[in-house]
Amino acid sequence: METVTQTIQGVPLNHYILLSAIIFSIGVMGVLIRRNAIVIFMSVELMLNAVNLLLTAFSAYWGDASGQVFVFFIMALAAAEVAVGLAIIVMIYRNTNSTDVNVLNRLKW
Amino acid sequence: MSLFYLIAFLSVFFSLLVIFSKNPVYSVLYLIITFFTFTIHYVLLNAQFLAIVNFIVYMGAIMVLFLFVLMLLNLNKESEPMKSNLIKIAGVVAGMCLLVTLAGSVKLLNISDPLVLKNPDIGLVQNLGKVLFKEFLLPFEVSSLLLLAAMVGAVLLAKKDPKKV
Repeated sequence: METVTQTIQGVPLNHYILLSAIIFSIGVMGVLIRRNAIVIFMSVELMLNAVNLLLTAFSAYWGDASGQVFVFFIMALAAAEVAVGLAIIVMIYRNTNSTDVNVLNRLKW
Repeated sequence: MSLFYLIAFLSVFFSLLVIFSKNPVYSVLYLIITFFTFTIHYVLLNAQFLAIVNFIVYMGAIMVLFLFVLMLLNLNKESEPMKSNLIKIAGVVAGMCLLVTLAGSVKLLNISDPLVLKNPDIGLVQNLGKVLFKEFLLPFEVSSLLLLAAMVGAVLLAKKDPKKV
């Protein structure tokens, strides 16, 4: 266990923040450039995970366990979100035979 | 220390592959690898409980669900919706702008102390369980209600309309 914690000795907290920012931005890019509803969902998962990593790094840095408990709640939330979202996507596919978000403009007035 | 940078590079590389690969099935597989690198990050931070939960919940359950739905809907490269290059470039530019803004604000914050684990066994199951069941008992119970509501909602959504059939 000692050797595991020694490997990250000397990594500044800034680098964790930067890594999370990069992965969050990649998730945002994925939401913007992909048209497949399922891939958009996966990009949202990427963003959630970037935040999870940042919360864990902060929690380890400050020696406070609350951050890691929050990560646990975010994971439970993501599981619920994926279950409902994928059910909605399956319903949409049954009705329109596609998961292209450009087709889903029925909420437009 | 260099292990962190290697794993960080792998996370960024595979998450880029997730959004740029044309076939949605490959996207899911790359996303699984990305989540595995996140698990390694958690192990390095000595958050062992989160590493295991990430491994089981994300890589085990959620990704299998994604792959199952992809296969159920029979989506592949041919059914991937096409989009004009202009919007793609605009999306990449917007994402880069967000990244530059975030990086600039981080630079302004000017925290650069090296990471030292003050309390190394903070991420162990024993410690987290105590915190979870003492300070966060109410949110924990409410999250069980949330999962129940999500389950009922998913079942209702997936059920066929009785009037239609």
